[in-house]
Amino acid sequence: MITGHFEYHRPKTVDEVVSLLSRHGDDGRVVAGGHSLVPMMKMRLADPAHLIDLRNVAGLDRIREDAGNIRIGATVTQHAIVESELLTRKLPILKEAALLIADPQVRYVGTIGGNVANGDPGNDMPAVMMALGARFVLRGPKGEREVDPRAYYEAPYVTAIGDAEVLTEIRIPVPPARHGWAYAKMKRKIGDYATTATAVILTLEGGVCKSAAIALTNVAPTPLYVEAAGKALVGTKGDAAAIATAANAAMKAADPVSDMRGPAEFRRHVTGVMTQRAIETALKRARGG
Amino acid sequence: MAKTQIKLKVNGKDVEALVEPRMLLIHFLREQMNLTGPHIGCETTHCGACTVDLDGKSVKSCTIFAVQADGSELLTVEGLAAADGTLHPLQQAFMQEHGLQCGFCTPGMITRAYRLLQENPNPSEEEIRWGLSGNLCRCTGYQNIVKAVRSAATAISQGREAAE
Repeated sequence: MITGHFEYHRPKTVDEVVSLLSRHGDDGRVVAGGHSLVPMMKMRLADPAHLIDLRNVAGLDRIREDAGNIRIGATVTQHAIVESELLTRKLPILKEAALLIADPQVRYVGTIGGNVANGDPGNDMPAVMMALGARFVLRGPKGEREVDPRAYYEAPYVTAIGDAEVLTEIRIPVPPARHGWAYAKMKRKIGDYATTATAVILTLEGGVCKSAAIALTNVAPTPLYVEAAGKALVGTKGDAAAIATAANAAMKAADPVSDMRGPAEFRRHVTGVMTQRAIETALKRARGG
Repeated sequence: MAKTQIKLKVNGKDVEALVEPRMLLIHFLREQMNLTGPHIGCETTHCGACTVDLDGKSVKSCTIFAVQADGSELLTVEGLAAADGTLHPLQQAFMQEHGLQCGFCTPGMITRAYRLLQENPNPSEEEIRWGLSGNLCRCTGYQNIVKAVRSAATAISQGREAAE
């Protein structure tokens, strides 16, 4: 399979990226790892006339902690997330989710920026970012702005990003050291997208759930933040009834289609199961188990 | 469409070439470099038959453009054996443990296993299976593939001890 023709650009700064995007409008596409875009180009579902490679843009591959935030550059690979000591310590859900993405070869190349930016509802990191209360940093001709992931996804591959904007960084408020976290994913095989998956971030205070954020992968045209599921836990001790209420809220929010991963009813049912498991795991971790 | 000049190191040799931007790395290797070890399998980033080592990472060369490898160091299965033809311990082990039937997946398996052993010189069976999870074998030969990687790990560490 051979892609259409394109002109290849390898800018060195974000400003150059933005000016190339401004010049080429809809004909320009940013590429980082390319493991979503290149397959689409091979199938001619994408046919950009200008490919703007981020690989030489300085500073986009850094992970650092800064004023209560973890800042992850757009071209940080899934492999780098798995290997990062800082992330393993402070944001362990990222490693858990990254290890469930594709396979080792793809993780060496695929980036966090591509995973969250392109709007594929099958991608795993968007739901994780929704649960973490992250912010996406977009740079465009008018400068920089931050977007809440819970407001970023509009439809499959349609997002709040502007034509001449590029995602440069993800900022994540560092959760308390004793927070609960889990990403539970059902998939048919290594390398598959989720049949359904649930991300959970919660905190406890004196055994009572103080905050809880729950989001779902691949059971709707976009990743879903399910406010009602988190609310069902807050103020409870995370007893079975509260977990069931939260899982039901997730099932109710899910709107999967029937496809090769199973009929819609099955995928909605498993959404409940994954949500229950993710909550139980997160609670156990928050309690120090 | 104008061609772009790229410079890279392939199996230890400096290479300069002109490529169309849309030329995939696998096509560059097979058609311009005559390196037919990396195979074209699924063409959809699943099977791992096209795996090569790019700047110390295993990558699927069907999903990268050759222009993206500009300035990189690349290793294919052809670059594993010593200059005098002595096989790499992984190649030796795949032969001895019958780690292949039809052999189509083998260059990808060996190239991937090479990087795995660089990162984890003493992997458990479980770690080998996870490490090779991006490479498919359709002869269902995984048992012996895993055995071969395990046996190569032992051979490499014994070789290292013997040298010390």
